Amino acid sequence: MGEEANTITHNTIYIDGQPVTFEAGQTIMDAAFSAGVYIPHLCHRPGLTPHGSCKLCVVDIGSRGVSFHNSDRRVQTKFSVDIDGRSVSACTTPAVAGQQISNNTPALNEVRKTITQMLFIEGNHICPSCEKSGDCTLQAMAYHLGMLDGHFPQFFPRREVDASHPTVMLDRDRCILCELCVRASREVDGKNVFAIAGRGITAHLIVNSSSGKLVDSDLETNDMAAHICPVGAILIKEHGYEVPIGRRTFDLHQVGEIGLEKVILANGHGKYATPDDETRHARFPVPNPLPQAGEGANESLREFHVNVRHTDE
Amino acid sequence: MSSLNRTVTAEQINAVIADAYSQSNHLLHILYALQQQFLHISHEAVCKIASHLGLPISQVESVVEFYSFFYGTPRGSYNILLSNCTSCGYKAGGENLLHMLCHHLRVVAGKTRADGLVSVDETSCIGMCDHGAAMLVNGTPIPRLDAGKIMRIADLVETETPLANWPAEWFRIDDNIRNSSLLLKNDFAAGDGMRAMLARNIDGTLAEITQSELRGRGGAGFSTGMKWKFCREAQGAAHYVVCNADEGEPGTFKDRILLHSHADAVFEGMTVCAFVIGAEQGFLYLRGEYRYLLPQLQAVLAHRRELGLLGSSILGQPGFNFDIEIVVGAGAYICGEESALIESLEGKRGVPRNRPPFPVTHGYLGQPTVVNNVETFAAAAHIALRGSTWFRAVGTEKSAGSKILSVSGDCAAPGIYEYPFGVSIQQVLDDCGAKDVQAVQVGGPSGTLINPVKFNRKLGFEDLPTGGSFMVFGQGRDLLAIIVNFAHFFAHESCGFCTPCRVGTTLLKNGLDKIASGHGTPYDLDEMKRTGALVKRRSHCGLGQTAANPILDGLQRFPQIFEQRLAHRNFEPNFNLDEALEEARLITLRDDAEAHLEQEL
Amino acid sequence: MSKIRIATTSLAGCFGCHMSFLDMDERLVALLEHVELNRSPLTDIKHCGPCDIGLVEGGLCNTDNVHVLREFRDNCKILIAVGACAINGGVPAMRNHFTLRECLEEAFLNGVGVENPQIPNDVELPLLLDKVRPLHELVHVDYYLPGCPPSADEFLSVLGDLLEGREPALPKKLLHYD
Ligand SMILES: Cc1cc2nc3c(=O)[nH]c(=O)nc-3n(C[C@H](O)[C@H](O)[C@H](O)COP(=O)(O)O)c2cc1C
Ligand code: SF4
Ligand code: SF4
Ligand code: SF4
Ligand code: FES
Ligand code: FES
Repeated sequence: MGEEANTITHNTIYIDGQPVTFEAGQTIMDAAFSAGVYIPHLCHRPGLTPHGSCKLCVVDIGSRGVSFHNSDRRVQTKFSVDIDGRSVSACTTPAVAGQQISNNTPALNEVRKTITQMLFIEGNHICPSCEKSGDCTLQAMAYHLGMLDGHFPQFFPRREVDASHPTVMLDRDRCILCELCVRASREVDGKNVFAIAGRGITAHLIVNSSSGKLVDSDLETNDMAAHICPVGAILIKEHGYEVPIGRRTFDLHQVGEIGLEKVILANGHGKYATPDDETRHARFPVPNPLPQAGEGANESLREFHVNVRHTDE
Repeated sequence: MSSLNRTVTAEQINAVIADAYSQSNHLLHILYALQQQFLHISHEAVCKIASHLGLPISQVESVVEFYSFFYGTPRGSYNILLSNCTSCGYKAGGENLLHMLCHHLRVVAGKTRADGLVSVDETSCIGMCDHGAAMLVNGTPIPRLDAGKIMRIADLVETETPLANWPAEWFRIDDNIRNSSLLLKNDFAAGDGMRAMLARNIDGTLAEITQSELRGRGGAGFSTGMKWKFCREAQGAAHYVVCNADEGEPGTFKDRILLHSHADAVFEGMTVCAFVIGAEQGFLYLRGEYRYLLPQLQAVLAHRRELGLLGSSILGQPGFNFDIEIVVGAGAYICGEESALIESLEGKRGVPRNRPPFPVTHGYLGQPTVVNNVETFAAAAHIALRGSTWFRAVGTEKSAGSKILSVSGDCAAPGIYEYPFGVSIQQVLDDCGAKDVQAVQVGGPSGTLINPVKFNRKLGFEDLPTGGSFMVFGQGRDLLAIIVNFAHFFAHESCGFCTPCRVGTTLLKNGLDKIASGHGTPYDLDEMKRTGALVKRRSHCGLGQTAANPILDGLQRFPQIFEQRLAHRNFEPNFNLDEALEEARLITLRDDAEAHLEQEL
Repeated sequence: MSKIRIATTSLAGCFGCHMSFLDMDERLVALLEHVELNRSPLTDIKHCGPCDIGLVEGGLCNTDNVHVLREFRDNCKILIAVGACAINGGVPAMRNHFTLRECLEEAFLNGVGVENPQIPNDVELPLLLDKVRPLHELVHVDYYLPGCPPSADEFLSVLGDLLEGREPALPKKLLHYD
């Protein structure tokens, strides 16, 4: 490690200890992306202006110039980075030479899971009745982070559904306010179809038209804004069930795969990947045999029960 | 006077827009004019403004919905907003004045009365904390409220008495200066600072500001000399000076006094800055709650133009051109955050930007911009006049000069106290006549909650930095209610941009309400700690990063106020069971035993 | 050696989770060597006795759901919320989009084909809550088994873990919400 320390170039950052090179002007997310390192993200899409709102990409940055010379001490330093480092969003923070970045740590993934739970409970995410299920990045993120439940009380907000447009559906119940559609419309489609209005927990997506309805906006089916939504808030009508559950994007892919954005957008345009048998099985796995409960299983259950209670109090 | 059922024609809307536009093309100002005229901003009006200003309809709509003082549905001809601050709020005197007023006027808080005459609601702190309970009537503050005055106000409303005929004395607002140091003690004649500045020239003036070790008075405490230097060095088509007079932190009102009685020093500080960084345009971003100061501030600006202190070739210096425009906000605490303020100046929702880049390089319209607090500019003007040595002679090693405190709450003499930095909390408490103090909130809800064993702590950047809010809570106060109040404040003021703060501040608010109502368990306390820590660490801007402070401080320093309220069981439902049946009871007309549920068993 | 006692119930759910439980097919036989069923639609025992594990499908939509869930919590050492409805309200919670009055009027007064329109108000009927809510808003829930419904493998995974005395850890490949 000592040798590497001396060769710290002007363009290297360290993500979980792994050196990653970057080019001037790149963010931590850009650099990680080029290097094939996954940093969870929901409101970021390469090519659009970084936004920094969802906070799934939070990472901890330790101070620069931490000791590289003693590998034992480096481990220690890494530990303290987790506890004390500055928290930033990777998608908006410039990469700076020498940055020590914690990314894929249990503590940060726990934080991300909690943030994901916040996104679930502030809206109305009823996956069983959602066309996007299986193609939804929020849902895939929740799987990735091992989320079993929403944890917090549900807000059950009443939000408006806009079915006025002939080909595009807007169900605000599922909107996570990531503004990908806002930016895609502005920066790629050259329009201004969407915006966020209001503030705080009442912030919501609005449509730029005299009636406030999608049908009176200049949104067209082929606009990127109509396809970019990571959740089931903006959907193309009459195509929702072309690909059956079990063969959808995240039945075939993990959210952490690099370059997935292209697949997702391609899927959004109706060009669906064909599943190979191996990945399809991911969704319908060969059943495990029942664990053989040996003698005393009931005792261990009770022991476990005691533990559960104990940690709860 | 009635506002409902009054049809507004397109011509009327267009006329108001055109008239407002001729005075200022700022979106907030045009919206204000419409709100005044039609008591709300209809979707039709939104579309018309959009086409008039060449903006997307959605941008105008999003702004209308962002700011508290704009409404999509008609308010009453008398729109009354009572402050809900813990110092100037409607509960400050012990009685609930909001309920009282609603009762007298037969109106539901938040809803306009059916005849359109009146609407009553609450609003975040309006900066009258040294004046007791206070309200805004159609934007004009009336402080020193009590039960008697509330009755009389109800009468005046019912008799539709124009505001101009209400007792003039009611509108009197005092400076209440109790203790003066550098800025409040020394006279400042318009132009003196600038003449001294010209004698020193640009480099000399910047050096003087830098050597004074002046640090920002808005809270963060960044070196003012450094900020000006960075901005001066930044490349751009134009440079801008912005004075942050948003003063939204509950319990802060010192900028109100500076703007009311020392506006020349403030504007002169802005002009000195303009000289240093090469700006030709400045803005004073005035919080909507201080709109009543607008006429006199405009008069000061006009006077300064007459004196040749603003305009072109200022003080006869060819090429020294600078003027100041006042932009008035519309009820949004987040617009005090400098990048959100800039967004607001640009006619957008006040959402904090990503940083870097910082305003000194990419501020207003993407150009290099200095944003400083009102007090910072006033101090800069004095430094330009009297020099850095004069300034540094007061204060401590790391905190040069003096700090103006806004003292409110349970004390004999609330008001303005200017001290050299380094003054102890106990000293301030002694001076303002506070006895039997339970706690002090330094720096407002976003600051620090201090318990008596720490009253020897000192105000200054090395120990307790503060934007100036100093709220005293006596032993008689329900401290948990204060913390609940602050949690509501942050949930109401969150801009909604980032997930941790948007959702987290509401979770904290709901959790605290549960605890305060006696339904919290140890589990709920743990949840507050865990959620609070996440909101604090992972939020996008200073609002979210400080929103959990009162709760976390409270849990650490006053654990008993939470524990006393806990229900002694492992778990309590998250909703009121019997209330959840109310709608069904009404629909089915049932009231039998089975039509009710116990909250706990 | 006494068997592990399990109770199951369906609140505001569709019995889909119970059907999925039965999808274990022949593996049920192996499971039943280790467990016995207490109150359950599968046994027709009406009230829950002391149990080791309670599996609750469905969310809370009425007073009866509240009483049953409380009975389960009081009697089960480990309470598991089973399925989307128990965890976040699921499909029944789509009625939360409307007021209760709107729902009842649509169902009993204005809906297509309604005869003798009137909103039922018999005292024998459990009264509806204003909203459908997940279980963890009423009682402490020890573990969650997502899915609509959770697959038989998920049931086996969590029960297997518990029988072995392990903290349940659902393999990620079994995790799904639909
Ligand atoms: C939520 C929030 C509200 C703020 N409100 C104000 C304010 O009302 N006035 C102010 O001067 N600074 C406020 N600030 C601080 C400003 O962002 C900024 O730091 C300050 O205006 C810089 O001026 P200074 O260096 O003179 O202190 C606020 C910051 C945050 C995060
Ligand atoms: S948008 Fe995604 S998370 Fe939300 S209901 Fe649809 S599939 Fe589920
Ligand atoms: S509609 Fe979709 S893309 Fe647009 S803000 Fe909402 S979640 Fe993001
Ligand atoms: S922390 Fe709060 S106020 Fe700041 S950007 Fe996030 S949501 Fe907005
Ligand atoms: S991906 Fe960075 S904040 Fe959303
Ligand atoms: S009842 Fe099983 S998922 Fe809804």
